[in-house]
Amino acid sequence: MRQASHGKIAVRFESVGLRYGSGPEVLQDISFTLDQGSFHFLTGPSGAGKTSLLSLLYLARRPSRGSIRLFDEEVSTAARAALPPLRRRLGVVFQEFRLLDHLSALDNVALPLRVAGVAEADIHRHVPELLAWVGLGDHMHAKPPTLSGGQKQRVAIARAVINRPELLVADEPTGNVDDRTALRLLHLFSELNKLGTTVVIATHNEGLVRRFQFPRLHLEAGKLDVLPPMALTASVGMGTGPIPGGGQS
Amino acid sequence: MIGFLRSDLPVARDASGLFLPWLVAVMVFLACLALSGAMSLDSLLDRWSRDASGTLTVQVPAATGANAETETNDRVERAVRLLETDAQVATAMAVPRERLAEMLEPWLGSAELMDSLPVPRLIDVTVAPGAMPDLDALVERLRAVAPGAAIDDHRVWLARLIRLAEGLRLLAWAVIGLVALATAAMVVHATRTALAVHRPHIEVLHLIGATDAYIARQFARRAFALALLGGVGGLALSGPVLWGIGRLVQRLEGGLVPDITLGMGQWLVLLLLPPVAGVLSMLTARRTVRRTLTRLL
Ligand SMILES: Nc1ncnc2c1ncn2[C@@H]1O[C@H](COP(=O)(O)OP(=O)(O)OP(=O)(O)O)[C@@H](O)[C@H]1O
Ligand SMILES: [Mg+2]
Repeated sequence: MRQASHGKIAVRFESVGLRYGSGPEVLQDISFTLDQGSFHFLTGPSGAGKTSLLSLLYLARRPSRGSIRLFDEEVSTAARAALPPLRRRLGVVFQEFRLLDHLSALDNVALPLRVAGVAEADIHRHVPELLAWVGLGDHMHAKPPTLSGGQKQRVAIARAVINRPELLVADEPTGNVDDRTALRLLHLFSELNKLGTTVVIATHNEGLVRRFQFPRLHLEAGKLDVLPPMALTASVGMGTGPIPGGGQS
Repeated sequence: MIGFLRSDLPVARDASGLFLPWLVAVMVFLACLALSGAMSLDSLLDRWSRDASGTLTVQVPAATGANAETETNDRVERAVRLLETDAQVATAMAVPRERLAEMLEPWLGSAELMDSLPVPRLIDVTVAPGAMPDLDALVERLRAVAPGAAIDDHRVWLARLIRLAEGLRLLAWAVIGLVALATAAMVVHATRTALAVHRPHIEVLHLIGATDAYIARQFARRAFALALLGGVGGLALSGPVLWGIGRLVQRLEGGLVPDITLGMGQWLVLLLLPPVAGVLSMLTARRTVRRTLTRLL
């Protein structure tokens, strides 16, 4: 089991810029560092470039300029062949889920384990357990097209966390679920974080951001500011009742 | 084999999974027919050339008059003797009357009728190996002992038949070439089409850390299995058809078309078609997936 080891750096962006084709720079001069074991929200208006920033983080594209270090490796110029092992240390929840429609929920979640060569016996032990935890125990063999938006999202989250990633990147992971479920999922991320996983979550849900007192990366007009946790003032959007799933050990 | 075909990734049972084997089945079926056609022509030509090089038939017209029967026999005997003394001739044998009667029975109905008709007599001649007898001179000499004798040179018409068959064989090989090319193109195209459906899956596998080799392997194995399945189907389909054609040819009898059933080696060539289609599909899948992947980071 990995320990939260502060002091080590999981991610470092230096003067990173990104443009699509010959368009304008969607991200300009982005610099920040994420300590290993830290938890950040990524906020900003729609179109600010959150998904773009995360896609750099989960190695879907290279920056147009600047340097990105991931687990102490320079990835902006790394050879293609060096990237798959790095990707296996990540867990990603895509904004549009990207589940494989012809695979059952179980097989979708098992995918990262299969790619990493984990034995089938272990897969069949761990995957149902996690699916049950995210409330999909009864839908393990359902295909994504037959699941609701929120159920799909939970499958996507289960797939992202099944291999205990060192860095979890989630793009609007609670966009399609009710507040109760959103809280429950955030607690899952928080549990993972306590076990040492560095977490970055893009969200529009101000209630969640207030409720979980984590620092924010705020994107606006292509620029990034690192902000402290949002003040716990005024109207807290989320209910204050018992936290579902909070008692999970 | 089974281990090789096993895939970690249960790839979609989509339309492409049906499309590819059917297409390959049809193409392998056509390739099978063309190939076996060309190969039978090969063996046919082989036999014909062997026949054509060595045999002649001498025709001795029946004599007329009082002692027609004995006179005809005498003429045949003289002709045979003359032929036997020729250095260019290996053997010369008069075709017995009974054999002639048998050959003519379908036309004349009964042997009695033949006795009353001036049916010419035949002498089968085998030419000495490598010899090229001067047929005009030979006919002159034969006519001296057997007036009206003629030489039926198989070589003339067989040579024409051979030329025809050679043309057909060339055509058959051209058809095979085309069918092979078309099969390859179709397998390649079908495999690519099947993979286009899987592009999002390829991307997801890529993003969760699968190596290019791993992803290509998943799809290559499936493409191999599907094309092999189709190829076996096509081969199975061509089996009864080839057998049926063989039966029809056999019923033709008549020495003109010799037995043209396929030999062991030729069947082996046909058996190779499905695995060849499988390997082709596999290589295409691998190439296509790899190309898709290099467009991603
Ligand atoms: N693949 C692409 N090609 C070209 N432009 C793109 C592409 N993806 C995003 N953009 C542009 O980049 C900008 C930032 O988009 P991005 O998806 O990163 O925003 P976002 O912050 O994730 O928005 P949202 O909150 O709505 O998800 C937008 O102006 C968008 O048009
Ligand atoms: Mg987005």
